[in-house]
Amino acid sequence: MAVLEVRDLHVFYGNIEALKGISLQADAGQIVAILGGNGAGKTTTLRTISGLLRPRSGSITCNGKSLVGLSAHGIVAMGISHVPEGRRIFNVLTVEENLNLGGYLIRSDRAMVQQRKGAIYALFPRLLERRMQLAGTLSGGEQQMLAIGRAIMSDPKVLMLDEPSLGLAPILARSVLRTVREIADRGTTVLLVEQNARQALTIAQRAYVIEVGRIVLEGEASELAKDERVQKAYLGGFEAVSSASPEP
Amino acid sequence: MGPFLQYTVIGLTVGSFYALVALGYTIVYGIIRLINFAQGDLSMVGAFIGWTLLVSLGLEHLPLFLAIVVAFVVPMLGTAIVNLGILQFAYKPLLNRSLLAILITALGMSLVLQNGSELIWGPAIEAYPPNLLPAEGMFLGPVHVTYVQIALVVVSLLLMGGLVAFVQGTTLGTAMRALAVDHDAARLMGINVNQVIRLAFVLGAMLAAASGVMLGLYYVQIQFTMGFLLGLRAFTAAVLGGIGNIPGAMAGGMLIGLLEAYTTGYLSGKWEDVIVFGVLITVLVVKPTGLFGERVAERM
Repeated sequence: MAVLEVRDLHVFYGNIEALKGISLQADAGQIVAILGGNGAGKTTTLRTISGLLRPRSGSITCNGKSLVGLSAHGIVAMGISHVPEGRRIFNVLTVEENLNLGGYLIRSDRAMVQQRKGAIYALFPRLLERRMQLAGTLSGGEQQMLAIGRAIMSDPKVLMLDEPSLGLAPILARSVLRTVREIADRGTTVLLVEQNARQALTIAQRAYVIEVGRIVLEGEASELAKDERVQKAYLGGFEAVSSASPEP
Repeated sequence: MGPFLQYTVIGLTVGSFYALVALGYTIVYGIIRLINFAQGDLSMVGAFIGWTLLVSLGLEHLPLFLAIVVAFVVPMLGTAIVNLGILQFAYKPLLNRSLLAILITALGMSLVLQNGSELIWGPAIEAYPPNLLPAEGMFLGPVHVTYVQIALVVVSLLLMGGLVAFVQGTTLGTAMRALAVDHDAARLMGINVNQVIRLAFVLGAMLAAASGVMLGLYYVQIQFTMGFLLGLRAFTAAVLGGIGNIPGAMAGGMLIGLLEAYTTGYLSGKWEDVIVFGVLITVLVVKPTGLFGERVAERM
């Protein structure tokens, strides 16, 4: 049963068609990776699902309920959480305040907010140490932890992550992706956009490859990792990188 | 020393009115980067609603405490509704368009409020009941402080304290500060951005209305044009403190009030505007981010 289902999505920026009929689906507790080069439409896909962009046509459903036409805040209330590209944490607020905003929709239930914050501090002990610090003073890795922590404060059914490992040292990138795996194992469906295709395919069950607004390949992550075209386009040259940062 | 302290008392009283109006400028600017030039005129609208209640409807004859509470609460609510109307019909259609268009609309709204008030209440100078509040006061050393001054400053400080507690201490207030940084990220938290913008307009209008009623009680005379200079001085206060910054608006308001009182005391009332707007120009040239405005991030 698909938790998130996108069908034939068309999105325009002015007259430019950014998405030319994207269809994808994600089942409960699955990690679904979206791969593709710069400008392929990965970020546009996520921004459309979370309601920041309006599609010209197509359908988006979460557990069978349509999300098209809902406001962005309404879509969060439906259980979709989005960690945007570049993290977009609130620099001038403290770590704790950032998490409180993640729980904005449940703000009247203080016990619940406290309980979820406790769970996030357990997942990311570094955030607990720095809870009264301004978010802008955190390191890149800590900011990414905060962005993920803030997004799961609403206990989403679907967590969408846009390049969570971008700009992080390889060891931190791996640790972030391991946490993503952990979150998915608890039953959250994850839609993962990653530059680091190889690591994304290691933790994902399914994957889609987007090129210029169209899905060009889809399938089991393990199958795609072996696909010649994927290897050539997205895994090529990886040997050089992997020798610089060996797997643990 | 005596006169200096006396001017200081006057400056802090008047400064607290400016601070309230400046807070309205700063809250709205913080969230949608709009200088709401109608802010001073909202204060005037509040003053007239208060006057209508006290004088036209005779509330001045009620027990003092009750009369004062009604004369603050009703204008604050009424002015909030006016400001929501302005947001909905004048600013909202322009929110995602050019900032210049919305800025000019704000100037237009200032004129609409002035002329609307002239239509409703007439062009004459009206008077708040002069004997409503006790005129006497007490001596603190060489300085004479009236009970009215004390009461008005205390009410201002309570309003400002309430605002700070709200903005710093509640999740809704945190959402307001988040909106000052990043609208899209706020949307992704489930924050209804339009609702928070409306909240900012309500708060700004309520503070302005309270200052308008205080001006009426303090200076007695009110007129439909009174919001213009008040608005410009409060704007100067907001810029001086660093626009978008809440403590900055309070400090800026107090500084402008003091400056005005010292100018009137040592030079002449005629120099007030020269000095106050001289400060505005100097701040804009020398330190456009204001005294506290180091963290202003331009989104334009």
